[in-house]
Formats: sequence, structure tokens, C-alpha cells
Amino acid sequence: MEAQPEHKFKVIGTRPIRHDGVDKVTGRARYGADISLPGMLHAKVLRSPHAHARIKAIDASVARALSGVKAVITGADFPDVPPEMVQIGENFVNARNLSMNIMARDKVLYDGHAVAAVAATSPHIAEEAVKLIKVEYEVLPHVQNVLAAMKDDASVLHPDLRTGGTAEKSDKQTNVANQVRFARGDLEAGFAAAEVIAEREFNTAMVHQGYIEPHNAVAQYNQDGRSTIWVSTQGSFAIRELCGHILQMNRGDIKVVPAEIGGGFGGKTTVYLEPLALLLSKKTGRPVKMVMTRNEVLRATGPTSGSHIRVKVGANKEGKITAAQVWMAYEAGAYPGSPIAVGCMTVLAPYDIDNLQIDGFDVVLNKPKTAAYRAPGATNAAFATETVVDEIVEKLGIDPLEFRRINGAKEGTAQPAGPQFRRIGNLETVEAIKNSPHYQSPLQKSHDGKLRGRGVASGFWINAGFQSSAIVSINTDGTANVVTGSPDIGGTRASCAMIAAEVLGLKAEEVHPVVADTESIGHTDTTGGSRVTFATGYAVYEAAQDAVNQLKQRAATLWKAKPDDVVYQDGVVSCTTNGHESMTLRELAGRLPRAGGPVTGRASMTPRGVGPAFTTHVVDVEVDAETGKVDILRYTAAQDVGKAVHPSYVEGQIQGGVSQGVGWALNEEYYYDENGLMRNTGFLDYRMPTTLDLPMIETILVEVANPGHPIGIRGVGEVPIVPPPAAIANAIYRAVGVRMTELPMSPPKVCKAIAEKR
Amino acid sequence: MATVFIPALLRKLTGGKDRTSATGATLRELINDLDRQFPGFRDRVVEHGDLAGSVAVSINGEVITGGLAEPVPTDSEIHFVPAIAGG
Repeated sequence: MEAQPEHKFKVIGTRPIRHDGVDKVTGRARYGADISLPGMLHAKVLRSPHAHARIKAIDASVARALSGVKAVITGADFPDVPPEMVQIGENFVNARNLSMNIMARDKVLYDGHAVAAVAATSPHIAEEAVKLIKVEYEVLPHVQNVLAAMKDDASVLHPDLRTGGTAEKSDKQTNVANQVRFARGDLEAGFAAAEVIAEREFNTAMVHQGYIEPHNAVAQYNQDGRSTIWVSTQGSFAIRELCGHILQMNRGDIKVVPAEIGGGFGGKTTVYLEPLALLLSKKTGRPVKMVMTRNEVLRATGPTSGSHIRVKVGANKEGKITAAQVWMAYEAGAYPGSPIAVGCMTVLAPYDIDNLQIDGFDVVLNKPKTAAYRAPGATNAAFATETVVDEIVEKLGIDPLEFRRINGAKEGTAQPAGPQFRRIGNLETVEAIKNSPHYQSPLQKSHDGKLRGRGVASGFWINAGFQSSAIVSINTDGTANVVTGSPDIGGTRASCAMIAAEVLGLKAEEVHPVVADTESIGHTDTTGGSRVTFATGYAVYEAAQDAVNQLKQRAATLWKAKPDDVVYQDGVVSCTTNGHESMTLRELAGRLPRAGGPVTGRASMTPRGVGPAFTTHVVDVEVDAETGKVDILRYTAAQDVGKAVHPSYVEGQIQGGVSQGVGWALNEEYYYDENGLMRNTGFLDYRMPTTLDLPMIETILVEVANPGHPIGIRGVGEVPIVPPPAAIANAIYRAVGVRMTELPMSPPKVCKAIAEKR
Repeated sequence: MATVFIPALLRKLTGGKDRTSATGATLRELINDLDRQFPGFRDRVVEHGDLAGSVAVSINGEVITGGLAEPVPTDSEIHFVPAIAGG
């Protein structure tokens, strides 16, 4: 269904009070850690103190004897899961690897890897019991650098791992789990035709999503074999599937109730505690609650990949890119599955390039298994390529936005992976930045000797579709409920309510959105991939249309007319014959019992027509050359948002993504010591931006309707995190004349780079 | 006939060709035709009787959702791309 960009919306595009706002600001919203059940036990996890070790023996006898301890589990308590790749919701995972990640079997593969878990009558007793479990380890050499892990003589994490993705099947032991390549044109000829070439290598550190709320789960296993899990998650159905696979339980016997969630950003799309809590509940016959500490979140959940990237770009003197080559190795952590493939799909996507080759490698090493983090894989890649693009721009002596105008991807441009773009708003975002008050105003010099610079960078994210279900039901007073299975991590209950309101002709506050559990709504894939307002919103749109059709039939019954003679417009149903009667939705709702019964619209779909997202950013920075500290003076992001359903939420998503990108750029990194142990396991030393570190981030919403959606919606939540590190790096260069090639660009590194330049 | 763009790492199966023509009313038939032309191709993109979970297929710029049963219009442009999720 094509979007109608000129359609005048009454609700979509407005800024109603968010439906969950009062509960959130009064503390009434219930998060996973707020759940409490009668007889509930508390569980804690024993975690590996080694980066790589064989488990020789586990003795939990003393722990079990401690008063208050009700059960202890280890890897031996988990069923053997076949080592096959399974489609679990939107994810494609190795179920056995996932099971071993949440509880080690014969080896521990990273500092913090779970070894055992204890359920006790209080969290304090559980903590004491954990300390009483004796584990005998044989420490093995560890490898935590991605290039070192790729060497032939590297310590191998999985002896049976072989490199996938190639035409030939290799029989060599390796830490390289997968290889990706995109190639087209003639690379050699393209570089031969280039009149300027820039080439650099980059390293980026592993970083965490940094959600404030730690992972949590409450599980209750009943004697009849059915169980319930309450959890702060991005995907209730995914949790059900994963627990079912790991514990070899029927999915239909597991009910997952999503609690409110204090941030996810991709990190809460998988399981860590849920299967442990469920197994402990099964063993004890009582509900079991587990909540991670910050130390556990950082050491033992799913940060995103660090990486090593090499980029070479050539252009002619007219400013047209003639060739580009990228080589990327991404850390997968302890088990395969880094976002290397999608990193390869997003790198260089903002540009129209005929001759390119992109090689990507998924590499295991002794760090926690990586999970998705907001546009996974794209930020690393953009940091590298946008820096090299900036170097080309400098060599050519042209404006960075003019370069993007010359080379910008548009409708019909081939993506890095090959398919052509449909209607996109890339060039529109470039134009928006060019015309922005920020870009139009000159950068003022500092009064205290610090150096200032301005940088530009572009970003792209694919966005996702996947499966969604929705129910729209009409209440007796003419208001409506919208029930979906999409946990709200960024405003989607509001956008879904607004979409339903638009179709029904109601006000936003007259539609009540509900995020339902896995038994109360049809299958819905995980909230992630910037998919919910697009895909679940599409299902809501269709469900609301279904409700409208039913309302017309009910009215026709009352008027003894044909349904085709009934029109529904702006919340009023009217008859084109029979004396042209009409009723408001409220009036009709009150008469439904005698008109054929309740009205419940529904839809389940896997919508096509996903619209990707482009963005262009500009940032002004100030660098203290003595300390290396970089301050953000001004930041503007222009993004193609398709159709902003609730503009305040869209602006918030952009500001949030930029904020995380700034942290990624300037301070955040996993710091491991020589023994492979993480040393900055708290927010004091894992330094994320606060309100004191950021100016108000200016946002420009560019609306180029997605032709694949009836309202023109594109996903918006992820792409804003992609450009900031590159934009800031380019600004630092303009300020101090140094190209930063390592993330984070923390004060010691900036200082060192400045000193080396001198 | 559809134009199929061969993934770069599978071009060893096709003698280096980066694209080929193939026939099939559905994706299953098309992949079977590709396997006839380049033996071993099907094993790289099909698992357990359906499209491998790590593989997505784009037909005329749009990622399809129907698996191997997806109809393939005449004169389509087909790309095999990695399946993606998000955060």
C-alpha cells in the first residue's frame, strides 16, 4: 500500500501526553524488579573469575547445606541442546551456544561467565551461598584482541568451530566463525582512476548499551508443567522461544509477561537470567527472582563488538568516489554472532559507489558474547569510513556536504549488499544540515585558548519488519483499546494508540494502549530493529480498519441498510441512503449489543515495504589540548523519519541515539587487565555521558514518506547513534589537526595524539 | 527469466560470474535452477528444507517474507543478503 504523503492527519504528527507518562513519573509503573510473589525465593549466580579456563570440578555441598538455600544448579542440570541454528523470532541463533553462554559447561570463556546459581530464602543468603561453592579450574591462555584471535597460533575457544560463509568448507580450527563479502565493479580500475586516495586503519573498543535498569526475571514453574516469567524484556515471545529451546520445554507451556523496561537498546533481546530462574523454580517448587548487579551487567551480558577496520577510498578531482574497499573484523565475544554482516550492509551505504569490496569477519574471543546495540555494527563501520571520507573531502578542498550531494545515495542506488534503494531521504538530510542555523552560523573562536572544530558525518540503518499482531477493540463508551505484543522501549505504545486513533477518528487519549503477554496477543517479534512503529503500527492500522469495517456492518444492521451504503469518517458513521442517518462512534458503541455484538478488529502480519533510515549530523567541539578533554558545544542531527507519528518521541529517539554515540566516541570502553579481567565494572569507571556533558541536541525531522507503508512510516530509533563518533572525530581534526583512529577518543588518547603530532 | 546476483563469496561456485539468469515461478524453483547451473549453490542458501536462517532474499529491492514459496515475478532482480535483526 503506497503512502499518501499529502494526507492531512488529525492525530498523527501531534504531541499528546504519553499514555504511560503518569505511571512512569509517579513510580507506579512496574518494572521487573518490582514483581514480588508469595513464597518467592531469590537467586544469585557464581561467575567465572577467569577469562578462559576448563572447569575440572564443582563442589556445591557446603552451599547446599547453608540454612535458607533451597537449590543449586550448574551446567549439568541443563538438558543437552542440539548444536543447530534455529530461527527464534527475528534472531538466528545457535541454541546450544546460547545455553552454554547462560551457564558454562566444560569451559568458561570470559570473566563473569555463569558457572552456578543458588536459590535461597533471601538474596543475602544466596550471595553467601555462592561464595561457598568451590570450583576447580584449569586456567587456559586467553585472547582478547580481535587481530590476535584471528592468527593461526591463537588460543582456540571452540575446537569444533569452522569458518562459515565461504564456498568451500574449511576444516581448520579457528576463531573466525564467519566471513562476509560484498563486491561489485572493478576495484583495481576504480582506484586507478582515482586522483585522491585516503587509507587508514581503525580500532574501536567494546562498549555496553548502558541501560540504567539491570537485567531481571521472576519465574514460577507450576506442578502442571506450565510456567510464567515476568521480565523486563524487549521481546516476550523471543524469551518464550529461547527458554523453550534451552530447557527443552513446550513453548505453549511458558507464559512471558513483559514488565516495564528501563532501557534495552538491543541488550535485552536475549536471555541471561530467565532460564536459570525457571530451572530453579522447577527444582524448588517456588517462584524465583533474579536481579543482576551493575558489575554482572557489564561483565556478563551482551556488549557490542570492538573492531579493527581498514578503509581505502578513492575519488576523482570532480569529487566523485571511484572506488572503496573496507576490511572489518568484529569481536563476537565468547560465541559466534557479532553484527558483522549488517555492519557490512550499512558501511558506505550513504554513497553511490560502482566499484567496491567489503570484507567482514566474525571473530570469537574471551569476552562476553556480544548482543545487539542500537544499529548493531553500523557505528563502528561509520566511524572508520566517515573519517576517511572526511580526509578525501579535505584533499579535494570541497565542502563535506557538497561531497555528499555529489555522491549521495538516492532512489535507484545500489546498496552495499546489492539491492537498489526505493524512495529514501538521504540527500534531503544533507540539504537540511546545509540550511540549518547550526551549519549556517560560523564557529566562534574560544576565548581561553582551547581549540574548536566542526565535523560532519552521515549514517544509515536498514530498519526491520518482521511479525506483529494487534487487536483494536471498541469500548461501550466509544473509546478503544489497542493491544499489541511489542514492549515499549521508546514510545511505541503512544504511536500505536495514535495510529488507531487516526483511523477511528478518536483523540489520542481516547485510545488505551496495552502491551500484552504471550497468551493475550498473537505472535509478535522483538521490539528492536526500529521496527515497532512500522510493523506493529501497520498491524494496528489494519486492525483498526478491520474494526471500522465491523462498525459499518453494525450500523448497517441498525439502519437496515447495506454495509456498502455506510460511510465511516472522522469518528462518525453515516448512511448514504435511508434518510442519511448518522451516529458518532460513541453513540454506535452504546448500541452494539443489539447491532450484532462487540467490535474487535485484529491483524497479524509480516509487513513488507520496510523503509531504511538516513541521517546527517554536524557537531562543534572544543578541545583542551593540555588535558585532551573534548567538549560538545553544539550538535545538530537531520534525519529522514518518514512520518513522525509523535514528533516529541522521534526527537527524543534522535537525542538519545546521539547521546549514546557521544559516549561511545569520547569515553566508553571495556577495559581488561593482563589476566583478562574487566576492571571498569561500574558506572563510575565505565563513563557514560550525563546531562553535564551534552548540550541540547538540535533535531531536524525530514519527512520523506516510506512508499511501503500506508502512513509513510520509517523506523527512527537506531540510525541516530551511527554518525556521532565520526562527526566528533572529524571535528577534532578540524580543531587540532589530528585524525583520531581509535575509539574512544578519551582525554589520554587525544593528548597522546596531539603530542605525537607535535 | 530473473537476474540473480551471486554473493561474492559464492562466486567460486559460478566460475567467478557475479550474476546469472535463472528461471522459476517460486524462489524454490529458482534456487533449484541455480543449483543445476552451479552445483552446490542450494546447500549454501537452503537448510532443513527452507531458506537458511542467516540468508534473506531481496526481489526487486524488497526483502521477501514468503521463504522458498515466495513467487518470483518475471524479469526480477534477485539478491541474496544476510538476514538482519536490530537493537
